[in-house]
Amino acid sequence: MNELEERSSKRHWLATPYAIWIIVFTVLPLIVIFRYALTDSAGHFTLENTAAVTSPINMKAMWFSLKIAFGCTVFCILLAYPMVLAMKHLGLGRRGISLFIIILPMWMNFILRILAWQMILSNNGILNLMITKLGFKPVAVANTPTAIMIGVVYDYLPYMILPIYTAIMDISDDLIEAAKDLGAGSFTVFFKVVFPLSIPGLLSGTVMVFVPSMTSFVISDILGGGKLQLIGNIIEQDFISGNNWHMGSGLSVALMIFVLISMEFTIREEKTGRESVIW
Amino acid sequence: MKRFKDIISGIYIGFIGLILYAPILVLIVLSFNASRSRVTWGGFTFDWYIRLFSNQQILEALFTTLILAFASSAVSVLVGVPGALGIHAMNKKKYGIFMTLTNIPMLNADIVTGIALMLWFVHFIPLGFGSVLLAHITFNIPYVILSVMPRIQQMNLSVYEATRDLGAGPVYAFFKVLLPEMMPGIISGFFMAFTMSMDDFVITYFTKGAGVNTLSTMIYGEIRKGIKPEMYALSTIIFVAVSIILLCVNTLSEKHKNHIVEEKNL
Repeated sequence: MNELEERSSKRHWLATPYAIWIIVFTVLPLIVIFRYALTDSAGHFTLENTAAVTSPINMKAMWFSLKIAFGCTVFCILLAYPMVLAMKHLGLGRRGISLFIIILPMWMNFILRILAWQMILSNNGILNLMITKLGFKPVAVANTPTAIMIGVVYDYLPYMILPIYTAIMDISDDLIEAAKDLGAGSFTVFFKVVFPLSIPGLLSGTVMVFVPSMTSFVISDILGGGKLQLIGNIIEQDFISGNNWHMGSGLSVALMIFVLISMEFTIREEKTGRESVIW
Repeated sequence: MKRFKDIISGIYIGFIGLILYAPILVLIVLSFNASRSRVTWGGFTFDWYIRLFSNQQILEALFTTLILAFASSAVSVLVGVPGALGIHAMNKKKYGIFMTLTNIPMLNADIVTGIALMLWFVHFIPLGFGSVLLAHITFNIPYVILSVMPRIQQMNLSVYEATRDLGAGPVYAFFKVLLPEMMPGIISGFFMAFTMSMDDFVITYFTKGAGVNTLSTMIYGEIRKGIKPEMYALSTIIFVAVSIILLCVNTLSEKHKNHIVEEKNL
């Protein structure tokens, strides 16, 4: 082995602290949650906790969570993609300032921001005040699935914009110029060049938006008026008010398995594309 | 045609900007509202800003939040940067395993990560500041690794090897060659980690135990009784301070870039 290879193989060892960290704080906690999930309070093996996800109440929450997560992902893509294109068009792309505008809202506490949405959307809130001033009938969105949808789309939109932004800004202008020189119209340039190259960004964004929007129990709590439950609300109650750790763990594990299966496809796609484009 | 597209683009960006900033505007207005109620305007006041500085509870939560964000991001950089360098040197199979494990906390729902850590912590440490710090480091390291890794991949490692061949020790070569190359990735990783830690609620909520409060968990506890207006004042201060800092950093780095371009042109 020559000196060069030796140095490179020694470099592995730099990852040792991280490897230990992963084992102690990622792998072992997962083993513990599986143990809770697969036992009852007497410590006997059972599948009941995980299977509980199929009970009518949990199924209803799961179905509602899926609808919210799916809708949120679609709306985020529909809002984020034109945003990135507009930023690119105006040449705001390479400037840090546009990223800054998107990340900055995260510095205002997210629970406060969701509470602000509650004030905007409530029946005698700011939105209805403006609508009635304009002479229209007030809308009743407070405590409806629509309100929750607005909340999650608002909260996770930056997580969709950022990866799409990274992917699109990485497309070299020369490539687009070349396509145009070869006779492609702006329509063809978009569908044959820009869109295919932005797919890794879309996938990263989907991963970042889908799972959190499915489980965010705070947003559904505040904007749903406590009556509309996501699967996250049910798990939270098992731990905080119900004190049923085994059941809560069982539902968490069921959720985790569901997420891993649905993400498996997405990630494999991403790996064949390029390295992480999350930020 | 181009002008038309410009206008449409501008309007659209303004529209998204409005959505993103509408709730922030509401909160800023509330911080100057003399009435304690969230729905009525009772006139302009600076009272909440003054009272904020005598509210021991809020200041304590702020202090905890900041220390937590700073410590967890710093440790994440110290573990994550060597981690990324090490992972990069691994063969394809090991690389794949490590990157999958790195993605777990990012893929898993926050609530699952929080619960798993809590169930694990209760076996050997009391829940409190320490457990929250460990939890924050755990979800922050992936952000550092994922922002440093692309830098390492772009890096020309032969420069490092050449430095070593010319007699530089590994530590000297690391600080003179590798670190400057990785710096932008490290800074953005640190910044992302800091932001995530400041904004986290779910994982903190499950791992904190009684007695410790960050701003997030404190606000959550106040939802039913009503948020103290001092909290709006504090959020406004944080928001304005961060805006100014980021704006300065941004202008400085733009200037720096232009400077480099000018030098190259000479």
